[in-house]
Amino acid sequence: MIVRLRNPSRELTINGPMSVTKLLNRLELNRESVLLIRNKTLVPGDDMLADTDEIEIRPVISGGFGS
Amino acid sequence: MKCTVCREPACIDLRRHNSNFCSEHFLKFCRDQTARAISDHQMINPGDRVLVAVSGGKDSLALWDILLGLGYEADGLYIGLGITDYSDISKEYAQTFAASRGAKLIEVDVPDTYGYDIPNGSKAARRAPCSACGLSKRHIFDSVALEGGYAVVVTGHNLDDEAAVLFGNVIHWHTEYLGRQAPVLEAREGFPKKAKPLVRLGEREMAAYCVLADIDYMVDECPMSAGNKHLRYKEALNMIEEQSPGTKADFYHGFLRSAADRFTDLVEEGRSALGQCQHCGSPSPAEVCAFCRLVERAGGQRIELTTKGETHS
Repeated sequence: MIVRLRNPSRELTINGPMSVTKLLNRLELNRESVLLIRNKTLVPGDDMLADTDEIEIRPVISGGFGS
Repeated sequence: MKCTVCREPACIDLRRHNSNFCSEHFLKFCRDQTARAISDHQMINPGDRVLVAVSGGKDSLALWDILLGLGYEADGLYIGLGITDYSDISKEYAQTFAASRGAKLIEVDVPDTYGYDIPNGSKAARRAPCSACGLSKRHIFDSVALEGGYAVVVTGHNLDDEAAVLFGNVIHWHTEYLGRQAPVLEAREGFPKKAKPLVRLGEREMAAYCVLADIDYMVDECPMSAGNKHLRYKEALNMIEEQSPGTKADFYHGFLRSAADRFTDLVEEGRSALGQCQHCGSPSPAEVCAFCRLVERAGGQRIELTTKGETHS
């Protein structure tokens, strides 16, 4: 599967199938800090990701505390 | 995984609520949580005109969308801070959203209006960028709200934001700040009422709301926020939350229930010493308020806020 990440922007190719939780563990990402998006919709933690999937892992943490 | 409400396939799991939701019921959950926060803390009264502080990010656009959906008369305020391309792109997201909802967006551009931008102005004034940014935005929120006759200014601060700020204030025992950390600050002389209707919703939930409601927003982080201590506090809290779901909500809402009122006297003591800024008339403990000092040090010019602000609808 193709996995797109941000901060910094990069693209990884990872062999599937694999569960969302396992992928996040492998990438050492906290599930509270990201969303997984496939075909413009969200993928919950127990879903399986196929070898042919294209996944965006979107960070959700924003840090500007100006207001 | 099935939706807790309708048993259709779920698209998101919320472990701290021990619930899963499909798209329809997740969007309803967010609206319900926002409505509950507004009601519990008497944030907005029937008929109030609401000014939404809009950055182009997920929280403020989701908040604006939810308030419009709940039937509130809510206009947006976008403040251009002159942070390179980031500000231009953020403004486009705010404008696109406003146009899609037929909503009114007031725009104030800091470089055009006051003659400085955050990257250079904060250096010249020897303030941290987030500090200069916050000071600028708060002054403009207040001015636009008072001038426009809005009953309340609402911001997109969410549960994660508030828990991180609380964490920092507790670590350093900033007791006066603890007294001010309320979801609502009532109006007083020179200040409009301010409220944070998203305090029952986490950061991940707001990003999910935008994805599911098809709201495009500025995903990239502000380039000036790198190294911001609140980002580290959020990471620390999320490490605990991952192992113990519900920790952030217990921490913040437990503080509001059990401890916040112990610090409010300290805020009142600080307020009694406020006079008026001799330049802009804002409440200030000094002859010249912090915002006017920032403008002066940043090399800009002080302008009273009467003619600025374009609107788009």
